[in-house]
Amino acid sequence: MTTPSMLTRKPKRLTIRWRSIIVHGFLIVGALVMIYPLLWLASSSLKPANLIFSDLSLWPSKIRLQNYVDGWRGAALPFSSFFLNSFIVSGLAVVGNVFACSMVAYAFARLNFVFKRTLFALMMLTIMLPLHATLIPQYALFYNLGWVNTFLPLTVPKFLAVDSFFIFLMVQFIRGIPRELDEAAVIDGAGPIRIYWSVILPLLTPALVTTAVFSFIWTYEDFLSPLVYLTSMDLYTVPQGLSLLMSSKGASSWGPLLAMSLLSLVPLFVVFFVFQRRLIEGIATSGLKG
Amino acid sequence: MSTTLSGTASLESATAPEARPRRHKAVGINARQNGAAFLFLAPWLIGLVFLTLGPILASFYLSLTRYDMFTPPQWLGLDNYVKMFAEDGRYYQSLRVTFTYVFLSVPLKLAFALGIAMLLNRGLKGLGFYRSVYYLPSLLGGSVAVAIMWRQVFAYDGIINQILLKFGIDGPSWITSTDYALYTLVALAVWQFGSPMVIFLAGLKQIPQDIYDAAEVDGAGPVRKFFSVTLPLLTPIIFFNFVMQIIGAFQAFTPAYIISGGKGGPADATLFYTLYLYEQAFTNFQMGYASAMAWVLVAIIGLATTLSFQSARYWVHYGDER
Repeated sequence: MTTPSMLTRKPKRLTIRWRSIIVHGFLIVGALVMIYPLLWLASSSLKPANLIFSDLSLWPSKIRLQNYVDGWRGAALPFSSFFLNSFIVSGLAVVGNVFACSMVAYAFARLNFVFKRTLFALMMLTIMLPLHATLIPQYALFYNLGWVNTFLPLTVPKFLAVDSFFIFLMVQFIRGIPRELDEAAVIDGAGPIRIYWSVILPLLTPALVTTAVFSFIWTYEDFLSPLVYLTSMDLYTVPQGLSLLMSSKGASSWGPLLAMSLLSLVPLFVVFFVFQRRLIEGIATSGLKG
Repeated sequence: MSTTLSGTASLESATAPEARPRRHKAVGINARQNGAAFLFLAPWLIGLVFLTLGPILASFYLSLTRYDMFTPPQWLGLDNYVKMFAEDGRYYQSLRVTFTYVFLSVPLKLAFALGIAMLLNRGLKGLGFYRSVYYLPSLLGGSVAVAIMWRQVFAYDGIINQILLKFGIDGPSWITSTDYALYTLVALAVWQFGSPMVIFLAGLKQIPQDIYDAAEVDGAGPVRKFFSVTLPLLTPIIFFNFVMQIIGAFQAFTPAYIISGGKGGPADATLFYTLYLYEQAFTNFQMGYASAMAWVLVAIIGLATTLSFQSARYWVHYGDER
């Protein structure tokens, strides 16, 4: 705020302070409402079954860690198996997206080739394309390749840069990297592969981190693809494990179910707290849906 | 405004790749350049052909057949489409559910996102903290765990009803009631207003303070400033958020699946389009019919997007038009 406007506002100062207290009050109440369900989840996961729905207080009067022990055992297989599967699939998705999308983005941002405009337009169109448009033929394809009930349908597409949103994100980022750096490398005798690897990739790190973080979150949360492709229980990911626990145990075991639900969110909380700034910047600059 | 107003503007500049390709290069892109470029593009091109373009065409063909995965498709012509619109009551129900969901959740979500973003944009202390807390739900919201949590929150003996009971109100069984089940899903979507809020915040930051100062000199109050400065300058962002949310909302699946136990119940009250499509394809193995449904969904989303873009010229103001 500039000095002159400060001067004219001086008599209003008191009301401005009151207004800011009201705004803070409102925002704090709103924030509490927003995270109340999550706090309730955390506290209920520690309560004995008879208290989950009768004790409103967030601080459990009796703590029952047994919920976690029972939940971890899962419906038929323990959650260690579901978590391991989820981490394998999400980890591969991260690696695939980071490398494949950055290669394509480098080509679009820096290299010249035939049909560039057409291919770029196609790439932009695929961002908008709903998943269901390709779901069934993809299933038929993977079925005929014998890939159903393996991790391949969930991971191979990432290595083929199917998530074109990340390509777009990286193209935008590479355009901001000064071309002089490439040109200097060309003078040093570097070809496109060297330039990609030693000039562009290191400078692209922020966009790569954003891509990695969102790839992890989306793959880890994804329910539809595992539901369609993974049929044997030992390949189930965490969301399927939760769904299984929910349908098999029914109302008798809310405690263990809520305990595992909370536990399944822990990797997301960790990613959120470590990469908060990248996440928020990523959304703000590119409109990622998060 | 010289700097781009975040998302939409950068989307636009992106649709015109390489502002102006240098003439002499455009004339003769040599074989070596092509070779190098296509080396980098290879994985994506394989994906484009086999996982995107091929499947889209295949899905159109399958939509004209009866197909169960195990026997070769049988030609039906337009029968699937006719059946969908003329005979299938559940199909209409799924349309009704999905449209209700989209038309309720998207405007509400955007209203909350804009409202809170405006409050946060006053240079408050603790902005980072508030932004994180309000954003968190939209990060977790797509997960099965949150859907399970939501189911409990709105259960007959869940916290919503316990709080209502304190005020002497005996709440309904939200999740199992045909009147309310869909609205719990709308509430779950609205709860995730964080990501459009973050985009709004970035957009609000781009509005130069001088415009507000000038408006103030002209005697504009806060309401007038909102309607004459903030809202018009923010229309590109509102538009962008609107389109993205619409596209996303039509495809909602996980929460409806978990909260209704995979069936779209009670009595099809939460039979989302995608849920019905999934059921037809992977439970009934009516892959041809499901493909036809997928094509209609693509058409609906395409139409909604086109209409939005068409309407944009009447209400979206781009800063550099003057």
